[in-house]
Amino acid sequence: MPTIFKGRSQELAMLFPAMACLVLIIVVPFCLSIGFSFTDQRLMPRPIPTRFVGLTNYERMFADRLFWQAIGNTVLFTVLVVPFQLMISLCVAMALNAAIPFRGLFRTVSILPLLLPITVVVAIWAVLYRIPTGPLNTIYQLFAGPEAYIDFVGGSDTAMVAIVVLSAWATFPYQMLIYLAGLQDVPGDLYEAAELDGATAWQRFRFVTWPCLRNVNIFLLIITTIQALKLFTQVSVMTKGGPNGSTTTIIYYLFQQGFTSQKIGYASAISVFFFIAVTTIAVLQRVFLKNEGEQ
Amino acid sequence: MIRIFPRGTLMPFLFACTVALGVLLPLMMMVTISLNPDEQDILVSMGSLKSFIPETVSFQNYIDVWTDPARPFFRYMMNTAIVTVATLLISITINSMAAFVVAQGSLPGNKMVLLFVVATIAVPAESLVLPQLILAGKLGLVDTYVVQILPGIANALSIFLFFQFFSRIPKDLFEAAELDGFSFFQKYRHIALPLSKPVISAVAILQFLEMWNAYLWPVMVTRGPEVRPLTVAMGAFFGTNQRIPWGDVMAFAVSMAVPVILFFLLMQRQFIASVMSSGVKG
Repeated sequence: MPTIFKGRSQELAMLFPAMACLVLIIVVPFCLSIGFSFTDQRLMPRPIPTRFVGLTNYERMFADRLFWQAIGNTVLFTVLVVPFQLMISLCVAMALNAAIPFRGLFRTVSILPLLLPITVVVAIWAVLYRIPTGPLNTIYQLFAGPEAYIDFVGGSDTAMVAIVVLSAWATFPYQMLIYLAGLQDVPGDLYEAAELDGATAWQRFRFVTWPCLRNVNIFLLIITTIQALKLFTQVSVMTKGGPNGSTTTIIYYLFQQGFTSQKIGYASAISVFFFIAVTTIAVLQRVFLKNEGEQ
Repeated sequence: MIRIFPRGTLMPFLFACTVALGVLLPLMMMVTISLNPDEQDILVSMGSLKSFIPETVSFQNYIDVWTDPARPFFRYMMNTAIVTVATLLISITINSMAAFVVAQGSLPGNKMVLLFVVATIAVPAESLVLPQLILAGKLGLVDTYVVQILPGIANALSIFLFFQFFSRIPKDLFEAAELDGFSFFQKYRHIALPLSKPVISAVAILQFLEMWNAYLWPVMVTRGPEVRPLTVAMGAFFGTNQRIPWGDVMAFAVSMAVPVILFFLLMQRQFIASVMSSGVKG
């Protein structure tokens, strides 16, 4: 009896720190944000006590034009960056999976962007996008004449696209490595069989590679989508949500409302909405795209 | 003609060259600008070949950013290092322990614990920053290392990855150890943990990348250079409406990126293997 008890107390002691942290860092704040969303809680203490305001925050949120703009921007970013980034990652992975010369060197080089913190990437791209004579505009001038330039970051139409390209550049190596792992798992004899059948390169991709990547694709689609929905740093450093709110994402709006404007109650309603949206999207993707071998 | 390119590899090779250029040109530009001490010249030559291939090599910008008292580079670097290393060590220790209990232990609620862990993986940390900030304020933790370390160590994904690995270890290994009088903790410490190097490095790398990019949380909970990490200091170059000193910005960026890139070059094999393995799940 004492020995069993001793073994179990050890188990409890080993389980406790991680569970305590999860409760303190995730469960308690989660419950707090639901609670705050029904109050007029402020960040800094005020002389007037915090009041229960019912659904006011939610009513305000659904009537808030800027909130809907933030949702639109976040959706736009996600819809642009996910296919773009996954396509690039897959193409690079296929090139680096082929028996090309200097393959190791190419792999090393293509991973480098992942090692740069986003703030450094933003600094680099701020120069690339510079007006009127940054590198990208210099290239543009070759086609459009010497005085022409595009204000990539400063234009409402182009700012989000500029953030998309920068983000894809910064993080594509992660997806590329996962694709590379997936490509290495494709059985080689499938390709041999396809070749014997006279399949073209495109047919080999379409009917051998692509089906074999199904699980990898689903995994990457879900994590890249969730990553995209959380867009904050690039926007916060490069555009401050502008111009004219055209790059204000949900998280950036939440930060503005809750931290800069100190409206915790209102921002909590936004965060509850964000949590529900992200979870729903993840679950829906999961349900509609079943892994191979699942019912 | 000698066949350098086996059949079907010319196109992939050309594509790989394009990608390599797309990665290296911006990096070369970063280095080139950082070596140019003349801000006026940087602006004038931006976009020309001169901003990709250094004409002058001067370390003036580096000396400037390393010795700027208003923006103490090495202090920021130490802050980042302390927060990152502490997070990784604590996180890997407590999360692997908890995972071992769930995978190999005999506590009655283990299934519930696992369910709870899986459910918390889905919670986006960004949606919790405001209540976390209020909690941190109530606990008097704002502007400390602790407040930057805490959110990272509660890592449900890390528990789950360790759980997957530990539950695949054959039971016989542990039964033999029990005969030798190993306690539960000793089984974890002396059998499971030494076997789990691949998971440890995968978890460590994923979490390192996360900490290295952390921005939202440190911006909210740090005020001055005493505990601020490098990323936030870097972001602050863009905070004001003043003219951005590009030479300094790029010297700061290079100083920040080089240690990590060197470390990566040394550990490349493990890095690639770890990231690859992180996707094989679900």
